Order: sequence, then structure tokens, then C-alpha cells
Amino acid sequence: MSISKDEVKHIANLSKLNLTDEELEKYTNELSDIVDMANELSNIDVEGVKPTAHILDIQNVFREDIQQPSYDRELILKNAPSKDAGCVSVPKVVE
Amino acid sequence: MDLYSLTLADVAKKIKAKEVSIKEVLDDIYSRIDTVEPKVEAYITLTKEKAYERAQVLQQKLDNGEDIGPLGGVPIAIKDNISTEGVLTTCASKMLENYTPIYNATVINKLEEAGAIVIGKTNMDEFAMGSSTETSKQKETKNPWDLDRVPGGSSGGSAAAVSAQMAYASLGSDTGGSIRQPASYCSVVGLKPTYGLISRFGLIAFASSLDQIGPFARTVEDAALMLNAIAGHDEKDTTSANLEEKDYTKALVNDIKGKVVGIPTDFIREGISPDVKEAYDKAIETLKGLGAEIKEISLEYAKYSLATYYIIATAEASSNLGRYDGIRYGYRAKDFKDLDDLYRKTRTEGFGSEVKRRIMLGTYVLSSGYYDAYYKRAQQVRTLIVNNFRKAFEECDVIMIPTAPKVAFKFGAHDASPLEMYLEDIYTVPVNIAGLPGISIPGGFGENNMPIGIQFIANAFDEMNLLQVAYTFEQNTPYHNEVPTMRGGNN
Amino acid sequence: MKDYEVIIGLEVHAELSTNTKMYCNCSTEFGADPNTHCCPICTGMPGVLPVLNKKVVEYATKAGLATNCEISRFSKQDRKNYFYPDLPKAYQTSQYDLPLCIGGHLDINVNGEQKRIGITRIHIEEDAGKLIHDAYTGDTLVDMNRCAVPLIEIVSEPDIRSADEAVAYMQTLKSILEYLDVCDCKMQEGSLRCDVNLSVRPRGQKEFGTRTETKNLNSFKAIHNSIEFEIKRQIEEVENGGKIYQETRRWDDAKGIGYAMRTKEDAHDYRYFPEPDLAPIVLSEEYIQNLKDNLPEMPHIKKERYMKDFDLPEYDADILTSSIKTAKFFEEANDICNNPKAVSNWIMGDFTRMLNEKEIEIDESKVTAQNLAELISLIDKGTISSKIAKQVFEDMFETGENAKDIVEKKGLVQMSDEGAIKEIVQKVVDANPQSIADYKAGKDRAIGFLVGQIMKETKGKANPQIVNKLLLEIINK
Repeated sequence: MSISKDEVKHIANLSKLNLTDEELEKYTNELSDIVDMANELSNIDVEGVKPTAHILDIQNVFREDIQQPSYDRELILKNAPSKDAGCVSVPKVVE
Repeated sequence: MDLYSLTLADVAKKIKAKEVSIKEVLDDIYSRIDTVEPKVEAYITLTKEKAYERAQVLQQKLDNGEDIGPLGGVPIAIKDNISTEGVLTTCASKMLENYTPIYNATVINKLEEAGAIVIGKTNMDEFAMGSSTETSKQKETKNPWDLDRVPGGSSGGSAAAVSAQMAYASLGSDTGGSIRQPASYCSVVGLKPTYGLISRFGLIAFASSLDQIGPFARTVEDAALMLNAIAGHDEKDTTSANLEEKDYTKALVNDIKGKVVGIPTDFIREGISPDVKEAYDKAIETLKGLGAEIKEISLEYAKYSLATYYIIATAEASSNLGRYDGIRYGYRAKDFKDLDDLYRKTRTEGFGSEVKRRIMLGTYVLSSGYYDAYYKRAQQVRTLIVNNFRKAFEECDVIMIPTAPKVAFKFGAHDASPLEMYLEDIYTVPVNIAGLPGISIPGGFGENNMPIGIQFIANAFDEMNLLQVAYTFEQNTPYHNEVPTMRGGNN
Repeated sequence: MKDYEVIIGLEVHAELSTNTKMYCNCSTEFGADPNTHCCPICTGMPGVLPVLNKKVVEYATKAGLATNCEISRFSKQDRKNYFYPDLPKAYQTSQYDLPLCIGGHLDINVNGEQKRIGITRIHIEEDAGKLIHDAYTGDTLVDMNRCAVPLIEIVSEPDIRSADEAVAYMQTLKSILEYLDVCDCKMQEGSLRCDVNLSVRPRGQKEFGTRTETKNLNSFKAIHNSIEFEIKRQIEEVENGGKIYQETRRWDDAKGIGYAMRTKEDAHDYRYFPEPDLAPIVLSEEYIQNLKDNLPEMPHIKKERYMKDFDLPEYDADILTSSIKTAKFFEEANDICNNPKAVSNWIMGDFTRMLNEKEIEIDESKVTAQNLAELISLIDKGTISSKIAKQVFEDMFETGENAKDIVEKKGLVQMSDEGAIKEIVQKVVDANPQSIADYKAGKDRAIGFLVGQIMKETKGKANPQIVNKLLLEIINK
């Protein structure tokens, strides 16, 4: 296994996903297969090769600082599963 | 002759010449949908009411002597990951089963400016993650050529709708082959334009540096008309290229004498099935016969595309899909004890297993300690692949490879191994990695009389050459004239 | 108890005073109704894309230049991934390994001594929304107006050694940002706030102690008190053989106590990666030079000039230039009345006291620079006495009326008519023979009493010099 159950648990946590024991087993196997494939790349000599973050050679794409009307609040909140007092509502945030 | 079997170009002409009314065209296509949709299940949502309203407006304009645009009155289907204001946009996910965008994607505005009528939203793999449309949580779309087989994916609904003549053309999105592969499986034309040619604003992101919207059509001419409508710079998309607009119908020249077609023999060796190989070899002969020069080229790093793709695409996806947390829109779990529980239950219940798999893989490759080994390295290999293609295009005008290594498979064939499913994308993924334009066009029939697609790839923003070669191939081969039989589907 | 050294680094967040948000055209205005300055982009709806506000780069570059930073010719934006209800996209667009500005410094003054504080970096990033506790339902409400308001984060080196130094650093930084006009620096509205990283170690020890981070301090008082609190806490902990945990802390300003947050910092793995939806920022020499050439006069330069041009003491110049608003007010008033020392005295004296009492800033006062200049001119011309002027100023401060109108309406014009004053002087002298006798017996204090009586008679309007002159003339006759 190129990826351990503990690692899968950790990334599931980071991703805010719950896994049953069965799923943990299954994903550990599957992700290991995929990571094995991804490990193919470790054989390639990439010394000094610039990473490509953007396929187009773009730079300095800016917008002018000109205000435009915002959306109606009703629309902004239209899809919210729970709302109250003009706001989206969530369970109490504990700091 | 039934209206629905006309090409987009022909029906647009008939509307303009007032040989048919837009309403008649709509009536006809919706009646076709009524007949065929129960078998094919290409659509998630039909937008009948809005479509008829628009038809009326457009007809009035036309009757007043106004120009209603090159796509005036033509019914078009849209993949369900492209935002349509006031129309459900689900990404075929439980997560967005009740989500209605409050704005239009730029391509929707552009299509409407060109006079098109959106008739419905099509099925897809959940969040465009898949190669068969089987990961949809909404519908099971069938391949119109054999209802027991998948239509391909992720834009399976858009491909099937055009193939089954339930739309004159459609929009899909292509991150690793999601337009070209289903086009190949369903024997239609599927075009993935150069990254940056089409605005991504409003396309629900899967992998931002790879995603690109493109058309499905029944002919190359129709694809060119669709491209004309949707291409162009958009100030709302930082990665949109600011180039002079072109008329892609000018590429529709039936002549490829002297064009150099690159054949990457080193890349097309593994995993290809005999019937696809046969069709491909035949295509080479066809091109030769039409006066093209066939040239062997090398794409030594292309074989690493799949690994590169699964690192970059999943990393970006893991971040892009963080916003589905049950707070501002979409699915929210019913029972939760606190905020964290809400996040977890919502995402656990709202996402399907393929989406979860990719989110976790993407999270893994970006997580502390692994970034350099995976993400950064994949970006470096991406550079090598880009350079490979750049060098190749110094020697040829277009590259030809099969679209997929095999014909459409049966439902459930890859359930046991996601990795096997990923291998279906081997020929399409390099094009996304390099940001190039690619097109799949009908290229023959193989095992069980299932369609085979031939893929052409051109240099960045060289859609003109791409379309010209594809058009010439199409005009000199019979495959695009075949219509699907809709056999099977009893089990 | 051992002698401890305190190590402090500040992360200052300054909201940039652009018209629009970082990536969309919504307003950045403070105080609007919840969720009314929002659009699909800043609320992270599916399918949206960001386009960077040009002014953000300009303002951040200016801040970098004014704090002696190197401006990156190539920088990029990255995504910082984490889940929180105030973060609609579940990632904050920030800058990771290639920030816009690196390696600067600021000189601060503490108790008359100058000290240089290093600046590690300045990067651009988007602000998060606001969470409101709903006391009625117990839920938390999310207001997304502040989502994607542009920020710069200014990270200092761990060069700060005390609460006083931290406050001085913050004050200096605030003053510079105000001079640049890139941030309104309204700390009470949260547009300027800071996180304090703090550790202690026995003096002489090489390695740093474990540091804590106290987040979101938005007043000088809170910065000062939270630091004092945390220093004391850490030293006590160490002295008692306890352990300092690397943790994120909050400061309760009302109760004057700090406490650890429940969220565990070590659970975070932000998975930074280059933002694929945004282009790299590539700045030319020309662009940077142009901004550099057009930077406004900075506080320390202005201070030198005030001392030289206006002959003001260092103390005055320092206070006048510490805020651009005060400096502007000073210059505007002085341009009109041409009496720098008087303007300075007014600003530093009663005016500042009254502003502090009202807890407002100089530009929020009803008194304009022109008003103050006119008042000073009235004194200079002898129209009113300085004593009356104080009274007039109080009226000006309350009502916003100009000095002349108040003086006229209330009949406060100074009496300088010698004939009229002489009459009153004579009358007071006649009525107080005992005081005259005292004076002549050598009790100088009697003069003061007589002047007081005369001023009382004239309701304080008599020109005091004339009163003095005439009084002595009459007594000594």
C-alpha cells in the first residue's frame, strides 16, 4: 500500500468527509492504486524544469476599481438552506 | 423529412427563410424528446416554458425583419454544470439537486445573443468526474447506439442528446476528454477548444486549469457555427485569451492537400483495441488519399499525461469543491450536532463515491509534505508535455490519434476498478494538459457495430486548421451520416 | 524570578480603501445592511471566477515602498484551503511563497529612543465575512459584505520587545498607511487590526520559547493590554514549571483577559497551491519607479520640514505629523493665518483634549481648519483676547459656527478704546482705596485683584495690555 489507512483518515478529515470502516478499506486500496500510477512521475528527471501553473502565458490581468450595483439580498440568499435576519444561518460557531 | 434530423445549419436556414416557424421547430424537437428520452435519458431538466417564451420573442423579431443571429431559433442543450439563471443546475449531484443559479454563464449569454434557444440541461458524471456518465445521481444516460452501453462521459447527456437527435447541438465541458470521448462513443462531433478561447465564467469548476467548454454537433460545420457563437474574450475570466475574433466557418474547406498530419506512433501503442486500431489505420489511409502528408512524430512524455492529469485535476478539484458545505446553497444534511458535524454529514451524504475519491486524492497530493513530490512535480511534467507538443507542431499542422482506446463499454464494466476507467481517457488527457484544441469526429464502427471516434489535435488557437482537417475528413467519409439504432435496453 | 526577554512579532491586517472588492465590483463600504454588498463572485457561488482589482496591486506596492520593502517583479496568488462559515469558497485567496513585497523595515520611537523593526513581507489577500451571534436562536449568522474586501498583511520580524514597542510600531504603521491613503485605518471598524505572536525566554537563552498568537486586536489599548497580559501569563507559567502551548488565543478587551481558542491550530493543513483562476503579477521597473516618485511626503520627512520651515519644536512637529489628518489640518490653517506656533498650540492643546473627550478624529470635528485660522487671526488682530478665544473655540467645537459670527453674536469683541477703558479703570480704582493703599505699601498682588475687577466690569472684553497700562498710569499718577 503506497498510502496508509491513517493517511486516508487524515485526508478524509481535511476534506470534511466521514468514512465507514468498509469505505476506509476500499478507499485505501483504490487511492493506493492511483498513487502508484502517480508515482510514475518520480522517475522523470524534472531538474530545472519550470512548473506550469497556467497553460497560457498570462500576466497582469486586472479590473478597474469601478463600483457596480450588488445583487439583491433576496437573490444572494435564495439558495441558502437556512437563513435569518438577512443572513445565512449556521449552527453556533465556537471559538 | 422530420425537422429534428436536419443539421443545425439547415434548420437555421429554414427558420430564417420562414419555411418553418420557430415554434414548429420546438414542437418537433420536444416531440422527438418525448419519444426518445424515455430510452436514452439524456436530460436532467427540460426548459419548455422558457424555450417557448423565447421562441415567441425571436419569431416576432424575425417577422419584424430583424436579424435573429446565426443560431436564430435553434434548440440547443446545455450540460448541467453550466450555470443557467433561474434554471436548476445540478452537476448531476445530490449536493446541488435543488440549486438554481442567479446568474448566467457567459456562454449562455453568448448563445442567446446568437439566437439559440436552450431547451434543457443534460446529464453528466457528477461534477464532471467520470468517463461514462454513470456517476450521475440524477439519471442513467444510455448510449443511443446500444442502450446497454454507456454514452461516455462526463458530458454523456450532451453527446447522447445530439446523437439521438434530441437537440441540434449541445454544450459540454472537457477537463480530460469529457467532450471528445462521449462524442466518440456516440458518433457525433465533439470539439474541445484551446484553453482560454471560451469563457469559463459560469462553468461549475472541476479543475480550473484544465476545464474548457465546447460544443457537440452532428457535423463539423455545425460545430464551427457553435464555436463562432461561444468563442471570444471575457473580462470576467482572467484566463480568457484576448484575441481577435475569427469566423470559424471559413475553415470549412474540403481540401487538405499538403497538410502535414502527425502520427505519434510511440504513444498509440498500448491498450488500443484491434477495431479502434483498424479504424485509425484506415483514417491514415483516407488522409493520405486526400493528399495529406503523414508524418511520424514523437510525444515521449504523453504517456505520463494520465498521472499528471490525476494529480493536477484532483488537487484543483479538492479546492474547488470545498464550497459545497451546506451553508449558502445546495444540500444540507438533516441531523447534525454542531457546525463540524454539519460540514461532514453534508459532504458525506451530498457527494458520490467518485467525487469523494478525487477530493481525497487531491487533498492528499496538496497536503503538507507531499506538495513537491506530487503537485509541483506534476506541474513540471506538464511543462515537458507542453514542450513535446510545441516541438511536434513545428513539424506538422495537426496530430491524429484515436479518441478512445476502445468503443463504448457496458454499464458497470469498470465498477471494480476506478483506475481502469481512468485509462479510457489516455488519448484525450494530453490535450487538456497542453491546453490544446482537439476534436473527435465519427471515424468508423468497430466491435458490435459501435462507433469509433478519430481525434485531431492542433496547436493552441489553431482551430482553423483543426476544423479544416476534420471537415475534409468528414466530407470524404460516410460515418457521420449514420444514425443510432437505439437497440437493446431490455435488461 | 529570572530576567525574561520578550519576543514579539506582529501580523497587521489593513483593509485597502479601494472602491470595490478584491475580485468583483461590489462596494467595500463599511456598515451596510448585512449581505447587501454581495454578488455571486464574492459569495463564492458555483462557477464564478475572480478578476483582480488593479488598485489592490497599486496600494500594496505603495505600502511596500513606504516601508522600505523590495517589490517583487514577479508574484502570484495562492489558495489557502480551510472550512469556515465566513469563507464562502472554503479557500482564502492569499499569497504564499511569492508575496508582493519582501524585506523592509520601519523606525519607531519609544521613550525618545529610535529602534528599527524589520518587516518580513507584505502580501495581498481577501478578507473574510463577519459572523454575528444570534442571541435569540443561539445560531451564528453570516454577513458576507466583508467577504473579499482587499487586505494587505504586513508581517514584522520578531524584533519587538515590549508592549510599548508594539504600540509604537502599530502607530507608526498606521500613520504611514494614512499618509499613503491606502487604508482608512479605522481600528474600531476593524479596517486595521493585528495578530500578536509572542514568546518569552530567560535572558541569555538562544532558542526562542514556544509562541502563542493572539488574534484580531483592534485598538492600541487592546494591543498593549493583551501583550502585558500574555507576557505575565507566559512568565508565570514557565516559572511554575508549566508548559507554553503553541495556540491561537483571543483577547477579551472588556474583561481584560486572554484565552485560548478551542480550535486546534495543529489540525490545520492549508494545502496552499497557486490560484489557477488568477494570473501572476509582473511589475516593471517603470511601474515601481513611477509609484516611488509619486509617494507622498512620509511622516518623518514632514516632521523635519515642520521643524525647519515653521521653526516648531521637535515635540510639536512630532505630534502634528503623527497623523496625516492632523498635518493636513495644520497646514491648511497655517496657510490662511500664517501663525504656525499658534495653530500648533491650539491643535495640541484644547482641541486635542476636546477631540479625545468626544472620541472623534480631527477631520470629524465641526471645527474646520479655516475656522481655526480665522479665530487665530482675530486674536492676532486684537479683536478678541486669548482668554475669550478659548470660550469662542468651545462654541465653535459644539456648534460648528465660525469664530467671527460667535464673537459678533455674543458681543465678545475686545474693548481697545482707551477712553472707555480708562473710565472703567477710574471707577474701579475709586471703589477700591484699600487695594491702592496695599499696592503703594508694596503689595504687588493688589494689582491682580484690580485687573480682575476691571475684567469683571468689562465681562472680560477689555484688552488686558491696555488695562494694565492705564491702571498703572492712574495709580502712579
